[in-house]
This record gives sequence, structure tokens and C-alpha cells, in this order.
Amino acid sequence: MSALRNVQTTMRRDRVFGFLQPEPDFALPVDTSHGTILYVDDVSVRFDGFLALNKLNLSIDQGELRCIIGPNGAGKTTMMDVITGKTRPDAGRVFFGQDIDLLNLDEYQIARGGIGRKFQKPTVFEALSVFDNLELSMASDKGAWKTLFHLLTPEQHTRIDEVLQIVGLEDQRARMAGALSHGQKQWLEIGMLLMQNPRVLLVDEPVAGMTGDETERTAELLVSLAGGHTVIVVEHDMAFVRSIARRVTVLHQGSVLAEGSMNQIQSDPKVVEVYLGEEA
Amino acid sequence: MLTRRLFLSDWGGMTVLVLLLAMVVLVPYANLVLPPESPWHLSTYWVALLGKFLTFALLALAIDLIWGYAGILSLGHGAFFGLGGYAMGMYLTRQIGDRGVYGNPELPDFMVFLSYESLPWYWWGFDMFWFAMLMVVLVPGLLALVFGWLAFRSRVTGVYFAIITQALVFALMLAFFRNEMGFGGNNGLTDFKDIIGFSVQARETRVALFAVSALVLIAAYIAARYIVTSRFGRVLIAVRDAESRARFSGYRVEHYKLWLFVFSAMLAGIAGALYVPQVGIINPGEFSPLRSIEAVLWVAVGGRGSLFGAIIGAFAVNGAKTWFTTAYPMVWLFALGALFVLVTVFLPRGLVGIFRRRRREGDA
Repeated sequence: MSALRNVQTTMRRDRVFGFLQPEPDFALPVDTSHGTILYVDDVSVRFDGFLALNKLNLSIDQGELRCIIGPNGAGKTTMMDVITGKTRPDAGRVFFGQDIDLLNLDEYQIARGGIGRKFQKPTVFEALSVFDNLELSMASDKGAWKTLFHLLTPEQHTRIDEVLQIVGLEDQRARMAGALSHGQKQWLEIGMLLMQNPRVLLVDEPVAGMTGDETERTAELLVSLAGGHTVIVVEHDMAFVRSIARRVTVLHQGSVLAEGSMNQIQSDPKVVEVYLGEEA
Repeated sequence: MLTRRLFLSDWGGMTVLVLLLAMVVLVPYANLVLPPESPWHLSTYWVALLGKFLTFALLALAIDLIWGYAGILSLGHGAFFGLGGYAMGMYLTRQIGDRGVYGNPELPDFMVFLSYESLPWYWWGFDMFWFAMLMVVLVPGLLALVFGWLAFRSRVTGVYFAIITQALVFALMLAFFRNEMGFGGNNGLTDFKDIIGFSVQARETRVALFAVSALVLIAAYIAARYIVTSRFGRVLIAVRDAESRARFSGYRVEHYKLWLFVFSAMLAGIAGALYVPQVGIINPGEFSPLRSIEAVLWVAVGGRGSLFGAIIGAFAVNGAKTWFTTAYPMVWLFALGALFVLVTVFLPRGLVGIFRRRRREGDA
């Protein structure tokens, strides 16, 4: 089946062959003329008969801070996998801006194009220093040959210093990332996303395992990033969501159950039934 | 700036390099200049043996580069070592000329024996030294390119990659055992006479081969060190420890793995090419899967992920092997097994781990 579909896609008469098309040039600004930066259109993903995403529709505006909540297995992580190119959906389309179809791109292209992703479990390069972690994440030519002969420019050095300051790790710059505390690793990973100069940050459970104090600082950080960047946060911690959210989307069984402000969501009987009810 | 980057805080590597340079000077001196009566005289047997160890160390270095820094475990590096060896062996065979048993100036002995009419096309050009040397790096490099491209593109990693490399080397062994392949079958290529005009049996040639092996090893070490201290090297460590993070940071992970794998295969090919004239034979036994696994164990014993540890490991294990197989031939396999168990249990970071300070903690 998929072979047939490949042939069909290749032979479409309204397009040039895919391999003849130039790679999308992300140096151009992403076209957000209609205010939308990310548009997930009717996406379905099936794993061995289990429907992880069921006709998911989602539209995120430029500069928005969006929280996505939902019980376990609601499809939050699968949704991130689809957007970042890790999982190919069985049906549907995902657009970045008005005209970039993310489903045609590989993970590295999507990452270079301005969609950064923070994993659920903090994932940093543990055997490298904090500084090296940020250097490697920096938006720059990431071809194998270029990195072999690359030397850091003063501007890049300044940029790394800036980000170290934003995430509050100036004093830890020479430390091995593996030796950081859990919360510091979370911040480092957010810093690594910032180094990529992303248009969109997908942040999966940023405050899991953080102390109250750390949670507060993370909330401040994410709120300050919104506007300049578009931030999408997946989180379980309802108190945290309440403290940062302007607009919340509730996922349930692979599709959107409800969307709106935190107050609207909390008073929605469907949501209370599947999700909030258990916690309240 | 560059020398600082390459050698600063690499005292272990510096020590090994100094020792190698000392060997380049002292071994030829002890063999050629000192009279045989002198207690410091080194017999030609020892020169050839040390030369062989140097080529093993180069193979170990090639393996450590991909295993220690990019986490690619190849249990089939003997494939590249053997192919490099065969390229050199073909050159040496062509140099025999009409001095073979059958005295045929056009065809090597085994081809006359198997009643070949003419030289197969893939033997063309191997009478020229430069061409053979080109093939020493190109053939292993090309095989690694095709094999690695297929494997890394499909994201084959870890154990699965290790197993298919075993399959690769085993397939090569079976192929080279066949007489129809035209590489001397079971017997391989041997009975070499000359290398670029010098007799391979001559003491001076053996000393020269030893010195070249040592210098090539030094150059390869510096090149490998350049790679691992560059940003490329840090990307490799990133890929080794958190591959998906590297991918989502915008790196084409498969390209990085592929280029490193090709470079490593070329180093292994050069090691094989230096090995063959020093031992005087190349046969399909070099493609035995066990040999490739043994080479990985040299790296494990020396200490993975430090480059110089691989060199130490190759010398330590092969030195022990030479000593045991002459002194207590029956015990060798048990000693080898014991060595690996002891190293795994007590020295998980290899022999190098004994001396290395625990750096990860306490740099804050």
C-alpha cells in the first residue's frame, strides 16, 4: 500500500517530482500572514491497531503560549513526534506557516527550520560540558565537513553567554552536563532549544521532578519566551498549567476534547469527567 | 593553538606518542647498529613482531574511534583490515614476476596451477605500487561507504549493527576461500620477494617496515585526535549518548556516522597493508569473525574512548599472547578468558582506567 501511495505522490500531475523540488529555504521567514504558525490537519496515527491520534486538528498562533493537557495515552507525545518528523502519520497533514508541509521533511530539516523540541525526560549530552551542549545546539552549518574545521566566532561566544544567563547556568558553564541536578538539566535543555533560534518550542513536561522554587522560575522563563517564540507546553502539573496558561487544549483518546481558557476548561463537564475529575 | 587543542590534557596520549617515537629511533639502532653479542641487541624476529603489533595497534585505534566516540560497535573490522592486506598482497604477488615456482612472468603461481589463461581484470594495475596503495584505502573505504550508508540510513544501531558486521566479515571469508575468486583461495597470497625494489626478507627492509608502521600509527593518532577534539568529535559524543537529541538539534546523524566509519575503515585498510609484508602472508583467515572480535577486545582491555588506550590494549593483549603461546601454549586460551573477565569486572574502563583520574566529577 505505501509503495503504491509513494508512486501516486510522485506521479501527481499538479506538482514537480519531489526530488526535483529545492529543499525548503528556512532562512526566509515562515509565512504567518494569517496568524497561524502551526496547523495540524486531521492527523491520524495508528500503532498496531491502537489509534494514538484520531483525526487531530490543532491550530497554533504565532507567539502564542499554549498548554496541552490530557490523561496518559491521550496522544500528547505522539503529536509532538508527528510535528518533529519522528513519526509519520497514516493520514492528515501538518503545516508550518502557510506553505511548508512538515510531513515531507526529516527530523534534522524540521529542527534546522525552527521547531525545537524538549523531551519528557531531560535529554542533554551528559559527557560534554554545559558550554559544549549549547555550542552544539547553536543554529549554524551542521554539515559533517563544516564541523570538522569549525572554530567558534566571538558573536557565537556572546550568544552562548546570553543563553547561559537566560537559563541561569552561568556558574555551571564548565561543568559536565551529566553532573547537573535534574532541574538544571531541564533548564539546560531549554537553553539548547533557544540556541537553535526556534520559531516554535515544543516543551514536554518541563517541570516534572522540579521543586516548587524551580517550577516557579521555569514558569517565568516560559512566559518570558512566549511572544518572541511560539511555545507549546505539554504538562501534567495542573497548578503549573494554571500559572502560565492563557489557552489550554485538552486531548483525549487522540483528538481534541476541549479548547479554551483555563476557567472554561475547568467548568467543561466533559473535561471534568475524563481528566480533572480524577485529580480534584 | 592547534597543538594546544590536540595535546593539552592528553598526557596519556603524549606518553604513548613519545614511546612510539623512541621506538622508531631505538629499535633500528638496537637491531642494525649494536652487535649481536650486545645484551641490548634486538633480533630481527623481535623487530618483525613489534612491527606486527604496531599494525594491530592501528587497527585497534580505528575501532576505538568509532566505538569509543560514536558508539558504533563493529565486530567486522577485520574485513577492512583484510581487504587492505589483500591489496598489498596483490602488489607483492605481482612483484614476484618470473621467480615463482612455475616461472611464469605474467601470472602468479596459483593462477598457473588453476590454468588461468590471462590475468583477471581486477588484478590489473596491481604491479604499480601507487595504484596498490590507492586501493589499500579505496577498497575498504568504498565497502564501508556502501555498507555504512545502508546500515545508518535504516538506523541500524547497537547489537544489530554488530551482528551484520559479523555477517559481512564472514561472507568475505567464505568468498575469499573460493578458488574461483582469483585471490589464491585457501592458501591466500604468499612467498613474497620484493617491495618497491627491496627484498622483504632483508633485515633493513624489516626495520624500515617497522619504522613506517610506527610513523603511520603516530600520524593516524594525531589525525584521530584532531577529529575527536573538533566540534565534529563533540557531535559524535552527542550522538553516542543521546542520538535523538542530536537529531532534533538539527544534525544528520547518519552522515556523521558514515564519514567516521569510512575513515576508520581506511585506517584499518592501511593497518592490513602494513601487516602483510611483515608477516609474509595474507589468507582468508584474516576474515575470520573471531579475529575481528579479538580486535575489539584489545580496545576493551586497553580502555575504550581514549584512543591511546587502544594502542596500549593492542600491545598488552598481543604481548601476553606471544609470551603465553611460547611459554605455556596450553594455557593461553584460559589466560585470555581470565584476562577479559578480570578487566570487565575490575577495570570497566580498561587498563587506562587505572591511571586516569576520575574527571567527570569535581570540575565545577
